[in-house]
Amino acid sequence: MRVSLAACVGVVALTGCATVTAPRGTGDLGVVIERASGQIQLVTTTQPSVLGSVAGLGDLSHASVVYSRDQRYAYVFGRDGGLSKVDILLGRIDKRVVQAGNAIGGAISQDGRLIAVSNYQPGGVRVFDAATLDAIADIPATYGNAGRRSKVVGLVDAPGQRFVFSLYDAGEIWVADLSDPKQPSIQRFRDAGKQPYDGTVTPDGRYYIAGLFGEDGLALLDLWNLDRGVRRIMPGYGRGEQPLPIYKMPHLDYWALGNDAAFVPAVGRHEVLVVDPRDWREAARIPVAGQPVFVIARPDGRQVWVNFAPPDNDTVQVIDVVSRRVVHTLKPGKGVLHMEFTPRGESCWVSVRDENRVDVYDTSSFALRASLPAQKPSGIFFSARANRIGQ
Amino acid sequence: MWNTTVSIAFAVSMGFVAPLVLAVEMAPAPARQREIIDLLQQDCGSCHGLTLKGGLGPPLTPQALAHKSTDMLRTTILNGRAGTPMAPWRPFLSDAEVAWLIERLLRGVADAR
Repeated sequence: MRVSLAACVGVVALTGCATVTAPRGTGDLGVVIERASGQIQLVTTTQPSVLGSVAGLGDLSHASVVYSRDQRYAYVFGRDGGLSKVDILLGRIDKRVVQAGNAIGGAISQDGRLIAVSNYQPGGVRVFDAATLDAIADIPATYGNAGRRSKVVGLVDAPGQRFVFSLYDAGEIWVADLSDPKQPSIQRFRDAGKQPYDGTVTPDGRYYIAGLFGEDGLALLDLWNLDRGVRRIMPGYGRGEQPLPIYKMPHLDYWALGNDAAFVPAVGRHEVLVVDPRDWREAARIPVAGQPVFVIARPDGRQVWVNFAPPDNDTVQVIDVVSRRVVHTLKPGKGVLHMEFTPRGESCWVSVRDENRVDVYDTSSFALRASLPAQKPSGIFFSARANRIGQ
Repeated sequence: MWNTTVSIAFAVSMGFVAPLVLAVEMAPAPARQREIIDLLQQDCGSCHGLTLKGGLGPPLTPQALAHKSTDMLRTTILNGRAGTPMAPWRPFLSDAEVAWLIERLLRGVADAR
């Protein structure tokens, strides 16, 4: 289905209509995943509205998106191994491949020419030409002596044409240099920590951090100084306490920085951890309404917004980074799955799966600015991500 | 959706009257059944995939579960599994609801999306 713009009413194909309507940029656009129906909505953020949708993208549970640096193409990573290159200007699929049996996300290289996908089945990373989606490199995540393959999580891009990712089953972090795309050079870091469940990189591309499910703490790799190896930070932040069962894994979507501190979800606790990035020690713990899933900073770093695992997934809390306290609690409805700030942070978009809505909140007044219908919405990804390291 | 009349007829024809009638008695009300299937797809689906073909957790398709004992499945769902991310779902599901859910999983949740 093509995008139908108001200016194009009655014109079947947007391509045909492009000649009669003013050209538009893509920097104000975004994508909302409609996970149950295998389609995405194309949205515009200045005037919150839905431009149209693109279907035929397969199983979009846990789908994520990266953008080409010209912000014209959204690369959609589906659970079923589907990698789709969607033209968000024309509202149609440009290219699509099913590259694995079970996948979890991907990244775009520093130069914008490579797309890497992290796969559960078969475990590893596959690399594709960003223009054609032709396969370029295959990096099987083998570990141990029996040649087993690990599920791969937390795949990000890093400066130096590198991709960094974690091996869930192996407890390893790998750095793959694709300066020569056909001959990736891999550096493995073993004993990174038990069951890394996700990873992220600081906005400057220097520090890669993996969250650990199997132990308290985080794994840190300084990409400016790989010789130092992986360091365990904040070990035993909950030692002696009985962690709560996890009804949804937390995510490290993007490193949340504000007021010289980093904010990360605690695993199995109703807390957001505050880390001092100068020495990577715990600076504080902030009690919150439930087990955090996403902990994301407004682009100016003044606020951190948090959503939660079931049964508290009807709630969003806002932390003030100066007082390090929850200053506002929102109850958008059941199934809050994701949040995305507009590029300079005046609004936050919140997907409310069970209510079939995306709510747009003013981040100063917390007033509801708009509410857009969407079918079981999950991830929200704005094209401003195109030019950020690690997104 | 499992139909009570059909299930009883099936039970009678197969000579399995007692256990299946018991299962029918235990089956949650239709509205609750929809809630459980929704929980299966959305919450279990976070790890096992919306189509239950697996993710961080193993697949829950009939083929994948065929050789697992019902007891093990029941214990895993209700109590979780130590050393893995599998959480105990006892706060959200009763024993009878879990029994019904396992029966549905073994037959295949065709409309799993």
